[in-house]
Amino acid sequence: MEKIHGSDQILLHHVLSKTSDEQKHITEEKISMLRRQTVSKPIIYIGSTTSSHVAGSKKTLKAVEEYRQEMNVDLEIIEVGSIGLCSLEPIMDVQLPGRCRVSFQKVTGDVVATILDGVLNNFLPSEFALAQYRNPLHQPWFNVPFFDDLPFFKHQHRLLLENCGLINPESIEDYIAWGGYKAFANVISNYTHEEVCDAIDKSGLRGRGGGGFPTGKKWKETLSIAANQKYFICNADESDPGAFMERVLMESDPHLIIEGIAISSYAVGANKAIIYTRNRYALTVIRLEKAIQQAYDLGLLGFNIFDSGFNLDISIRKGPGAYVCGEETALIKSIEGKRGMPNYKPPFPSTKGLHGKPTVVNNVETIANVPHIINNGFEWFNTIGTKQSKGTKLFSVSGKVNRVCLLEVPFGTPLSKLVELAGGVPEGQKLKAVQIGGPSGECIIPEDLQTPIDFESFKNKGLAMGAGGVIVYDDTVCIIDMVKYFMNFIKHESCGKCIPCREGSQRMLDILTAISSRPANSDGHGSLERFKGVILLESMAEVMRDTSLCGLGQTASNPLISALKHFKNEFEEHIFERKCVAGVCRNLRIYYIDVEKCTGCAACAKRCPTNAIIGTPRSPYFVVEEKCIGCGICEEVCKFSSVFFK
Amino acid sequence: MSGIDDIILRHSHATRDSLIPILQEIQDEIGYLSEESIVAVGKLLNLPTSKIYGLATFYNQFWFQPKGKYHIQICQGTTCHMEGAFSLIDFFEKKFNLKVGQTTRNGEYSLEIVPCLGACSKSPVISINGILYGSITAENLEEILEEAART
Ligand SMILES: Cc1cc2nc3c(=O)[nH]c(=O)nc-3n(C[C@H](O)[C@H](O)[C@H](O)COP(=O)(O)O)c2cc1C
Ligand code: SF4
Ligand code: SF4
Ligand code: FES
Repeated sequence: MEKIHGSDQILLHHVLSKTSDEQKHITEEKISMLRRQTVSKPIIYIGSTTSSHVAGSKKTLKAVEEYRQEMNVDLEIIEVGSIGLCSLEPIMDVQLPGRCRVSFQKVTGDVVATILDGVLNNFLPSEFALAQYRNPLHQPWFNVPFFDDLPFFKHQHRLLLENCGLINPESIEDYIAWGGYKAFANVISNYTHEEVCDAIDKSGLRGRGGGGFPTGKKWKETLSIAANQKYFICNADESDPGAFMERVLMESDPHLIIEGIAISSYAVGANKAIIYTRNRYALTVIRLEKAIQQAYDLGLLGFNIFDSGFNLDISIRKGPGAYVCGEETALIKSIEGKRGMPNYKPPFPSTKGLHGKPTVVNNVETIANVPHIINNGFEWFNTIGTKQSKGTKLFSVSGKVNRVCLLEVPFGTPLSKLVELAGGVPEGQKLKAVQIGGPSGECIIPEDLQTPIDFESFKNKGLAMGAGGVIVYDDTVCIIDMVKYFMNFIKHESCGKCIPCREGSQRMLDILTAISSRPANSDGHGSLERFKGVILLESMAEVMRDTSLCGLGQTASNPLISALKHFKNEFEEHIFERKCVAGVCRNLRIYYIDVEKCTGCAACAKRCPTNAIIGTPRSPYFVVEEKCIGCGICEEVCKFSSVFFK
Repeated sequence: MSGIDDIILRHSHATRDSLIPILQEIQDEIGYLSEESIVAVGKLLNLPTSKIYGLATFYNQFWFQPKGKYHIQICQGTTCHMEGAFSLIDFFEKKFNLKVGQTTRNGEYSLEIVPCLGACSKSPVISINGILYGSITAENLEEILEEAART
């Protein structure tokens, strides 16, 4: 610690609550500056995450830099994370001295100059304005709503997302200015290991990775075992299709995760911690690596932290892509350099994990709660949520919604609220169902959306919470197609260790494929066979649930079984009428030729794989319905747009 | 091979734990896992090459043949699937006359299907040499290919 000087020293003393009387004034000034309470020149904030990059935020950034150069104005540019409104990206905020920080939406590079021309001259281009941040010290903008008044934010409880989109994720100083690392400093100086475990246990925190296991219990188990080495693993493998909460959180506030890991590791007595994330999460990895380096530089990680005698090293492992590696025993094998196949539990990793040593595996979101609980006390945490599910839950809502978004609500909120906050389904469409928990979750029909989000209510209804990916279906979505999509995913990702999972998923996929395609020569017998296949699905699902080793196989049939329950009609239509009302199952389409347009060129007839098109050259051709397999080749080759499908 | 030699040298005290990170570094360096590189890693860690292949084929992200000059990844995440990612797969397979997982014979293009690329609000999304492009339609696809060729 002696090596750290000047302004860093001030921050460190602040973190440790050891600010001396002489330092008090200068510390306050520094914190206020870092919080940008008073600014001397305009500040431009640009949301910078993977999704905003795709929306063009890099071009926005460049345009602001060019504007600064060309107009020769003195501006500070800061990159921040995401506030969760992915559909409105790129988002750019402007904070003028003395005025409220105001956000603009859909700021692509080409409109930057217009917006800045206006706002820098105190004139607000209202067509781009999104909202402003309330701050009693600053003068608000006229006619712009405050963020906390927007329904999207008003109904959320932003605890973990507090800093997201506001602070610079690549600056440890920003994080510290907003209270960061105080919980860790407090714990390491004033708490025993047991006391931390106790606080988390009493808080009622439950795992957010899907299982909902009480975090404190797991920690105590590991703490109670004598071992010369223990490990803490942060499971950041987030690979449920449709889930992106953790990614946004890590990209927007990586230090929160690092602080959470540091406290958790201390609690269980681990001095080596590993973050297992996806190799594909390139920006996540960059930001986490930076955060770890900054924490080392300030002496928050490493040897003998704050002279407490506690050492901690955190490293990152990039998962090379296998869904099953999200399962904790498979994840551990992957870290050991082996094929990521799950093991039978017990023994649980908490007693025998990485290299046979006691290892706690926790999900990123679980860990992100920890600093907040320490800072505010477990009693406070107990007041949020429901009786048996405390705190908040992150959700990413995508699919057929107006606003693809990330949000955080207290447990107990009805599921319908998530759809509502995401702006509902596109205009003119009807909400059909909501798939929660990705390939291991159920589809929930609108009538059931009043179910409160909490572990107990879900359990009673036979639903799985999953990690928090919510996918919304409207009536343009074919349920069979989605079920098939998830089954294909499972088939691809099954590690192959258990026969029911490996073979069952393949067979289920075959059956689903059969009912969503037109056999070349189908008769009544064919329909019967396909129907029998569907009957078989249910008993196959049972076997898979009861005999698979890990959650992947056990829950693989959830999407299918729930869809069968709620959308029996649609299955029957596919089987008997060979019809997909949503028009999604391409192989069920029947093609027709418009006699008005057809010139009789015969191009389609020559290419049809089943010889379903008949006719004589130079007069209109005709499709024999029974023979058409709906491949669509004829539509593609017709130069006169005379082929269409129903 | 010097890139690989450097990597091997850097890990001269490595243990089995480092197998995946080493393979990742090699793939980052040369784009795929060549036979020589696997042999070299086997020597380093004292593992039979069959074991290394067994491991590497288990994971989705390892390639065993050179990628194309333009490596195209098509997002097959849920939202992209719902927004018609399958027709993009069709499009590329036909356009370049290749199958997913392959590289064209002239070494220009290779095609891969990947899970959610993290920009669901802009689906369908593809990535060309690591740069993401969103809201893909039949119309803007050619344009994007041209843009990718320029960068
Ligand atoms: C197939 C499968 C995939 C999983 N994927 C994840 C994942 O991506 N992230 C995660 O945190 N947990 C995942 N889990 C759950 C983990 O095994 C483990 O329960 C969790 O990381 C424990 O952390 P928690 O108690 O904080 O929730 C998965 C489980 C299964 C069976
Ligand atoms: S259930 Fe499936 S994924 Fe899980 S261990 Fe068995 S085969 Fe592997
Ligand atoms: S879609 Fe056209 S080409 Fe394909 S089978 Fe039917 S008639 Fe023949
Ligand atoms: S589903 Fe394609 S980017 Fe998320």
